[in-house]
Amino acid sequence: MLTKSTHDIAASFSRRGVLAATAGLMLGLASLTGAKAADDTIKVGVLHSLSGTMAISETTLKDTILFLIDEQNKKGGVNGKKLEAVVVDPASNWPLFAEKARELITKDKVAVVFGCWTSVSRKSVLPVFKELNSILFYPVQYEGEESERNVFYTGAAPNQQAIPAVDYLMKEEKVKRWVLAGTDYVYPRTTNKILEAYLKSKGVAQEDIMINYTPFGHSDWQTIVADIKKFGSAGKKTAVVSTINGDANVPFYKELGNQGIKAKDIPVVAFSVGEEELAGIDTKPLLGHLAAWNYFQSIKSPENEKFIKAWQAYTKNPKRVTNDPMEAHVIGFDMWVKAVEKVKSTDPDKVIDALPGIEAKNLTGGTSKMLPNHHITKPVFIGEIKANGQFDVVWKTPGLVAGDAWSKELEGSKDLVGDWVGKKCGNFNTKTNKCLGSGS
Amino acid sequence: MPANLSARLCSLALSLFLIVFALPAFAGPFEDAVSKFANDDFSDTEEAIGAVASSGNPLAYPIISALQDGRLMADPDSKKVYVTSADGKSIDAATGQPVASVPDSASAVRLNNRLRRSVDAAVGGLTLMSPDLGMRLQAAQSVFKSHEETALDAVEGALAKETNRSVKATLGDARAAILLYKPDATEVQKLEAVATIKARGDQEALALLTGIGSDQPASVTKAAASAIGSIQSSLAVWSMVQNAWYGLSLGSVLLLAAIGLAITFGVMGVINMAHGEMVMIGAYTTFVVQEVIRTRYPGLFDYSLLIAVPLAFLVAGALGVVIERSIIRFLYGRPLETLLATWGLSLVLQQAVRTMFGPTNREVGNPSWMSGAFELGQITITYNRLWILCFTLAVFAILLAMLRYTALGLEMRAVTQNRRMAASMGIATSRVDALTFGLGSGIAGIAGVALSQIDNVSPNLGQSYIIDSFMVVVFGGVGNLWGTLVGAFTLGIANKFLEPVAGAVLGKIAILVLIILFIQKRPRGLFALKGRAVEA
Repeated sequence: MLTKSTHDIAASFSRRGVLAATAGLMLGLASLTGAKAADDTIKVGVLHSLSGTMAISETTLKDTILFLIDEQNKKGGVNGKKLEAVVVDPASNWPLFAEKARELITKDKVAVVFGCWTSVSRKSVLPVFKELNSILFYPVQYEGEESERNVFYTGAAPNQQAIPAVDYLMKEEKVKRWVLAGTDYVYPRTTNKILEAYLKSKGVAQEDIMINYTPFGHSDWQTIVADIKKFGSAGKKTAVVSTINGDANVPFYKELGNQGIKAKDIPVVAFSVGEEELAGIDTKPLLGHLAAWNYFQSIKSPENEKFIKAWQAYTKNPKRVTNDPMEAHVIGFDMWVKAVEKVKSTDPDKVIDALPGIEAKNLTGGTSKMLPNHHITKPVFIGEIKANGQFDVVWKTPGLVAGDAWSKELEGSKDLVGDWVGKKCGNFNTKTNKCLGSGS
Repeated sequence: MPANLSARLCSLALSLFLIVFALPAFAGPFEDAVSKFANDDFSDTEEAIGAVASSGNPLAYPIISALQDGRLMADPDSKKVYVTSADGKSIDAATGQPVASVPDSASAVRLNNRLRRSVDAAVGGLTLMSPDLGMRLQAAQSVFKSHEETALDAVEGALAKETNRSVKATLGDARAAILLYKPDATEVQKLEAVATIKARGDQEALALLTGIGSDQPASVTKAAASAIGSIQSSLAVWSMVQNAWYGLSLGSVLLLAAIGLAITFGVMGVINMAHGEMVMIGAYTTFVVQEVIRTRYPGLFDYSLLIAVPLAFLVAGALGVVIERSIIRFLYGRPLETLLATWGLSLVLQQAVRTMFGPTNREVGNPSWMSGAFELGQITITYNRLWILCFTLAVFAILLAMLRYTALGLEMRAVTQNRRMAASMGIATSRVDALTFGLGSGIAGIAGVALSQIDNVSPNLGQSYIIDSFMVVVFGGVGNLWGTLVGAFTLGIANKFLEPVAGAVLGKIAILVLIILFIQKRPRGLFALKGRAVEA
């Protein structure tokens, strides 16, 4: 979901520089792994940026997969074979994602790939996974409106994060006026479109919705925060729904804190601020601002406590935080292992067919299930920022919410469903009973 | 059991006796209410707040204020609630008796935003008569904000006794706000209330007047509408002032980021793409300084930035000298290669920092004198922006003075104006080059200290400023420090006046287009250098 500034000259230079560097590095790595590759291991591809702007978020996910592989190997691997990670660095460069994906599948012959963060990186690798028929597990909350045969979406769809968060604000905080603030790219724009339609269906008037977009890495929030303050002084309870990109959040929250906007006056609920992002902010002035996720580090469950302990031991850092996309990888990895064990093979077609219906424990005490539309069921939590940079869960959905590939709020997609079990189609129109072309 | 029964009777008699003397100690409504805090349920907590606040019990204030600060501990097993304080002493919230220690199973009573508002209102109601002036003012403000009908008597009581003018005014506003929203207030009272609130003239007044709803007498609705109109028009003027201030503030950030580049690019003509990384290194120096202070000398935290400024200058400056000596001096006169080399260098520096400090953001705290804001008329001025503006102007003045009045400054100007002539006058030009580049880099490092206060401290910090910095220097006129100053403030103010109209994204694009057009007309920027340097 997150994308960072790549439109400047700077980034296009960085792309080339890093490309050359990593290409050289990868050549060396590939020959190394090629030499010792044997039939007694199953290779797992890790496609996360380790340099460039997205390294800030993605490096942790690479470590997560390495940790999970390590744990699985301690248990004896999968089907009697050890797992072996193949790590590549797409360097926050979207075309390079496609190249690296191709390299992983054709040259390294990986059985599965865990990777991508931004929607644009996912879109760029999609054709590769389709053409070469491989499997991608995508762990980040995203804008939905997609269901592909070769991709399994373990992050939240909008109905598993955005809609419940708005419901919470409406019911608990009695919010009547809404600021939808986001960074200017596909994830916030689509999410805000869905939210706007949803709010209007709940009787919110157009003049009570303010939509605001900012460029990537926006750092001067004075005007916008003042605008929010002004919008909030219309005598109705106001809240901000923020799809602001990770990097721009620190200056945004700092400005909120400095201008004295307290959560009790105008609460901000964020969809891309997790434990890792808060590590860079003094959270005391942010007490009470909210975030909606499917996982929080502070959730007390035996699974979670065990995971955090093992993770901190693995990274040798007793303060290392965990976050939502990490949990998505934990669930996805577990599901993939179960599917491979079920069909006793890593053949992509067999594994893809076996995955829907597979269940795996999530870290918050429930059991998530892979659905026919390749999304999973997840609980939704609303957490309040605490002074120690963690979240205190103030609300959660009563049960698990099934991920919708296609939003029910949007005119163009409300009749569509993804069903790779019965209909073998990613965008089946239930009204006309026709597959719109994303079939297998 | 008879023993038990008699004990109960006894306690009943005792509690009756105590109730008569208004000192509830045993199971009474107050104790019931307090024990609700232990249920860990938000609606129970809300009931408890209401009951405790209106109980008139002397423990009410200690309990509610402890709840506000997260010092109210509740044990879910025994349903006991304790008030703890910073000095380690604790009392039983229901009885007021001191307790030796709070059990380990007790945890702080949780709040959400709705409850925080109730707590604020309750504290406001309880401290209206406090002997402390600051507390009374705060109480009056929170009653004004919550304007709950139940607080009316307390406000009127306080109003009669209050002697301080500003507290009295706020209490008057609070009373007006309550009356305005009280359904059974008379029309006269409401009209008076509208007039009182109109006199405040701020956004909160606007919020109150807009929110009164339509079920009011016609005269009140009309008065409110005209009050809204007059407040809005005065706020519109203030918003122009506000935009100008924001523009100055943005301009100061741009200037700070660009000022080092004005030396390396403007004066020396080196296209230094690693300039942003010098800013980043300054920010990381601040981080390291703060880490050391946090672990070793926590008392010095408020001075951390003052300590970081010279250090950042030295670190970034030294690195600049090393870069000039090892790379740039071989590339003078070859701008394209300089560009590529410094760009590569910036990637190396970024990845080096990423390896050393990790890819995630690092927390750089704001010292207390840089946090918060104050109101000037109807605009909010945040301290960190104000300090950055002052700091930038100070750095600019020092730099200007240095170039003008020191020997090194003289040599620098000589070398940039005519290198060969300067060399034949006995100036060691290569030494001057290294020092000039070091100076530019050091100033970028200082900028990093200030920018760490408003932006992410991450390896990507520099990238977001490099484009803007070049834009400022080119727009202002290469080689002219005053041009950089005027350029930065012009861009800042133009941006902030465009932003409310066009939005942040379009505003930025518009600025870029305007600069391109401007450069077409005046390729040398606002203040073009004249003379021999132009041909050199």
